Amino acid sequence: MSETPLTQASAHLRHGANIGQSLTRHEGALKVTGQARYAADHHPAGMLHAVLAVSSIARGRVIALDVAAAKAHPGVVDVMTPAHKPPLAQDPDEKTHPFMFRLDVLQNDRVRYPNQPIAVVIAETLEAATEGAVLLAPRYETEPARTDFPAGAHFTPALVGVADPAEAHHGDVEAGLAGAARRLEAIYETPAQYHNPMEPHGIVAAWEGDTLFIDTPSQGLAMAQARIAGLFGIPPAAVHIRSPYIGGGFGSKGVFSGPQVLGIMAARLVGRPVKLVLRRGQMFGPVGHRAPTRQSFRLGADNAGALTAIGHHTVTASSQHDDFFEPAGGVSHTLYASPAIATTYEAVRLDTGTPLFMRAPGKAAGSIALESAIDEMAHACAMDPLAFRLKNYAEVEPMSGKPFSSKALRACYAQGAERFGWAKRPLAPRQMRDAAGMLVGWGMGTATFPALMFQAQARAVLRADGTGVVETGAQDMGQGAWTALGQIAADSLALDPDRVEFRAGSSDLPDAGIAGGSAHTATAGMAIHGAGADVIARLAELAMGDERSPLHGAGNAGVIARAGRLFRRDDESRSESYVAILARAGIPAIEGHGKSATDPAAQAAYAMHAHGAVFAEVTVDPDLGQLRVTRLVGAFAAGRIINPRMVQSQYYGGMVWGLSFALHEQAVIDPRSGRPMNANLGEYHVPVNADLPSIEAILVEEHDAHVNALGIKGVGEIGITGTAGAIANAVWHATGMRARRFPITLDKLIGPQDN
Amino acid sequence: MQPDRHAPPSSLSRARTRAFRLNGRAHAALVADHVLLLDYLREGLGLTGTKRGCDGGECGACTVLIDGRPRLACLTRAGECAGHQVETIEGLADGGRMSPLQRAFHERLGTQCGYCTPGMIMAAEGLLRRNPDPDEAAIRAALAGNICRCTGYVKIIEAVQSAAGSAR
Amino acid sequence: MNRFDYARPATIAEAVALAAEPGATYLAGGTNLLDLMKGDLVRPARLVDVTHIPGLDAIEPLADGGVRIGALVRNADLAHDADFARRFPAIAEALLAGASAQLRNAATAGGNLLQRTRCAYFYDAASACNKRTPGAGCDARGGETRMQAVLGWSEHCIATHPSDFCVPLVAFDAIVEIEGPKGRRECPLEHFHRLPGDTPERESDLAPGEMITAVRLPGAAAQFAGHARYLKVRDRTSYAFAIVSAAAALRLDGETIVEARLALGSVAAKPWRAHAAEALLAGAQANEANFRRAAEAALAEARPAGANGYKIELARRVVRRAFILAHAGTPARIQALPASPFATGALRHV
Repeated sequence: MSETPLTQASAHLRHGANIGQSLTRHEGALKVTGQARYAADHHPAGMLHAVLAVSSIARGRVIALDVAAAKAHPGVVDVMTPAHKPPLAQDPDEKTHPFMFRLDVLQNDRVRYPNQPIAVVIAETLEAATEGAVLLAPRYETEPARTDFPAGAHFTPALVGVADPAEAHHGDVEAGLAGAARRLEAIYETPAQYHNPMEPHGIVAAWEGDTLFIDTPSQGLAMAQARIAGLFGIPPAAVHIRSPYIGGGFGSKGVFSGPQVLGIMAARLVGRPVKLVLRRGQMFGPVGHRAPTRQSFRLGADNAGALTAIGHHTVTASSQHDDFFEPAGGVSHTLYASPAIATTYEAVRLDTGTPLFMRAPGKAAGSIALESAIDEMAHACAMDPLAFRLKNYAEVEPMSGKPFSSKALRACYAQGAERFGWAKRPLAPRQMRDAAGMLVGWGMGTATFPALMFQAQARAVLRADGTGVVETGAQDMGQGAWTALGQIAADSLALDPDRVEFRAGSSDLPDAGIAGGSAHTATAGMAIHGAGADVIARLAELAMGDERSPLHGAGNAGVIARAGRLFRRDDESRSESYVAILARAGIPAIEGHGKSATDPAAQAAYAMHAHGAVFAEVTVDPDLGQLRVTRLVGAFAAGRIINPRMVQSQYYGGMVWGLSFALHEQAVIDPRSGRPMNANLGEYHVPVNADLPSIEAILVEEHDAHVNALGIKGVGEIGITGTAGAIANAVWHATGMRARRFPITLDKLIGPQDN
Repeated sequence: MQPDRHAPPSSLSRARTRAFRLNGRAHAALVADHVLLLDYLREGLGLTGTKRGCDGGECGACTVLIDGRPRLACLTRAGECAGHQVETIEGLADGGRMSPLQRAFHERLGTQCGYCTPGMIMAAEGLLRRNPDPDEAAIRAALAGNICRCTGYVKIIEAVQSAAGSAR
Repeated sequence: MNRFDYARPATIAEAVALAAEPGATYLAGGTNLLDLMKGDLVRPARLVDVTHIPGLDAIEPLADGGVRIGALVRNADLAHDADFARRFPAIAEALLAGASAQLRNAATAGGNLLQRTRCAYFYDAASACNKRTPGAGCDARGGETRMQAVLGWSEHCIATHPSDFCVPLVAFDAIVEIEGPKGRRECPLEHFHRLPGDTPERESDLAPGEMITAVRLPGAAAQFAGHARYLKVRDRTSYAFAIVSAAAALRLDGETIVEARLALGSVAAKPWRAHAAEALLAGAQANEANFRRAAEAALAEARPAGANGYKIELARRVVRRAFILAHAGTPARIQALPASPFATGALRHV
């Protein structure tokens, strides 16, 4: 049994056995038997079905809807339009903080992007609502769509991402380039991508007077609750959201979306519960996407292969009506040592839905470009790509000069390279073939993602029977929050997991912060940790203050909690069970509270990031250009690991997203209409079974004393970074052809040469 | 074909009594001609384990067994099942005991967000009934039409291998 | 989807009578038709469900060594029929390279011939499409053209036929058996699908009310069994429509080609039989230089319909490779990743 102390400050220690264990998924049995109820699985009595009608133009005005035809269809109850809808208490175009996005909820007849909701048909059956939406047969006044970078006027955004500066400088890039022995200038382009969680956004909404009950997937329950309360003019406490199971989110369920609001409005309009679920095609517009980027790199290196300058200029796009600028430059701040770094941005506005955070926002798009550029520079310097990266290893964060709170990247490089067999890689491209004559290439990339923390609260209760309840409104979209936070919860009370009931997934519980930014385990975990500590401290006070307790007078020596008992720290022969302490005191339960937030002092002193190294092998048909990733090895260091098997799953999933980024995903936009022409899972390609190679994820040990008291960084997003670039670099190594427009599809590898 | 923008008379797509076996039990109900099996299971019968992930035939989340063979409930009319055997994820567990595949998916972490899981398990179930000892290529072929956005498929394949192995 | 009149005839004669009315459509496996109805792309007034007509789901060996495939034979059943796969391996390979296990369990032989194009503009109710609405125009032209046709297209339509199954079928001179209001008739598959010309809405030779009852392969087709392959290039390793595919087959006398067969998929509005290439190879030596000449001949008339010129060079290479694979000999069993350039080993118990 491990006896890892969980706190550094408290006089009272808790010894947990659960953190670090590969417990199986808490809710797994429900998921494999079909019993886990996702939002759209609910069907309250009297429920009606609502179906969206969405715009088939990118820009203009709806001038006609055949509401009469829809209403005449058997089973249709009502049609919600800009002219017929319940009032809102707040303008959906109001924006008071950076996490607040403008919504399209039928406020007028304007169309500002393709697949924008323009009406909602409400009917007794799903079939009737679906047909009713068709019968609306909208007519439009269409204006020319602004669809691509050259079409828009470029400007410099005030901020990128949530609140990053759009311009950052360290040293003199021009001087670094001027003095360089080798220079590289290259432009890399990444396309618009759509999150496409397997579960489409959906909502079941039921009003009881001015109290609202909803089932809907949410990665940010408290934020959603506040958003809904503001829009409908009711107190947040009157909004009850259940979201115990989320069929994937990847950021698209992080902010409450327009279609979800429309489901609530529809229920208000008809006075009955309503279910509204997006069709897959409707996921390509109102629920966010990853914006396209065009990234220009200027790198300089000296004769020994040391970087002298990194210039990273990003052009990206937001919608016409709201701001989210893909922060692709951030990776260049942290990864490679250089005396001069500059990251700058320009943006355009397109007639699209507003882009949003999508798994590894900024980092994924930035990483594939930076890792490609680094690979090109290593080749220019005639250096092995790993040797080049080690030559430019950042001992402190290059942009800020801060030390890293921890950084086991050297170990990641070493363990990944060893496992992959990297040392046998020929330097030149197009040197390796397999038995069938296919070209084989090896590439690598460095992975990085910041260790973030948001704010959260938790409540813990120890009951007289020695069992506990821990509550926080955490969100599990498949990453394993139920399990990992349950492990932390049990340890926070120093109890076995089967003695602790962990409650999450509801807005009625304390705010667990957003499940995003790879920060949920750290954020919610620290709040839970604090709540348990609070309970144990109260329990210890109770015991130490009671003359009848063997712990009486432990005083400054304090106690240790372990397996449902308190022990005197200076004399472990003196102990008492939780049950006995509470029984004697005649108290039915002790409640404790915990909060978490970033530590500004630690933030100021340290750069905090998880790191990793990914090695990829691809096989390319030399004539046909069809390619396949055949091997992926990733080694990641992300602080303390709560549940190794679940973390491994997160790394696998992230690496597959990296593969998808490099080879598959892109929204195909018609250049004339601005509409996505592959708004379905048949043509918006994500990897299928046969695309998946042998994958390995190595969990590299790393101890971090600064990120938070639990030492947790995040694991959910880092796997994409590094991987996408590693695959792109492997394609080059196989073929000698450098693709700079992603994804790398076979038409880009059909060269003129005929071999 | 000129689209007909007006609803045809309500005598169309009329409801008919359909009898079939559902998860091993006789089942009879009035079902309209244009109702899809997926919507009938989910909204008509409350069997919500079968999931909708796409607009038709692209993701595999709605896989059920019809006469023991994997089919997509989203491209099958409910009426078409008359006289046939339909099995859904809810029918796999035997008296509350998970089936070997369900147990393997649980224990091997073959499920993450869980949304593709029922369809994945039903597709694998169809394979194992026809071929109790599939190699990895056969498993991948059988699950080629089931998209998972979370796992990278690795642990899904391992789960099916494990279930097949435990049955040997 | 729209509401419709549903009929379930028990005989072919009944079916033909029911389907003769305007707006009526045959329904079999439904994998394509129901999908199109869900997307509001077609709105049939009546569905004539032929799946309960007895006798249409048999795979019958014929006296000449050929086979008759009933229109209702499910794709999976045909591909998994050991005798069929042995004699017509390229067809089994093509079937297994298409769609997914679930769809192959539903889709029928007859329905496969009638599947509609995957052109994104056809599949989008808001786009102009001459197939859906004659005279409306073609939004695919000047739009996204990466997957579109390079052979036989017209200014009215640049869509391709997406079937895998039909490609080897047309290479092997399959015959379509048809029944309709005017009785029984036959049509070679090569002439069954139509090029768009100025009537892209007319996709096949079928007259209103006519239904496919069977697809017949002549015995000569089985003589290629030792050297017959299907090769499919696509954007994902599986579960994707072809960018280009080819069925190539050889009858050899030593290293001399007695007869060659070649058809290409996803390059035109029909499965594209390449007679000129076949003629070049007849009597020639089976070597790469000749395969290259055949590939040039097969694509001689090709022209890009937009930004898809790469498909022409790709198609040449696919043809060459398919002949190389056919020359090397049909594998004893269907491989894992059927028809993929990455096909390896043998797939047990397909």
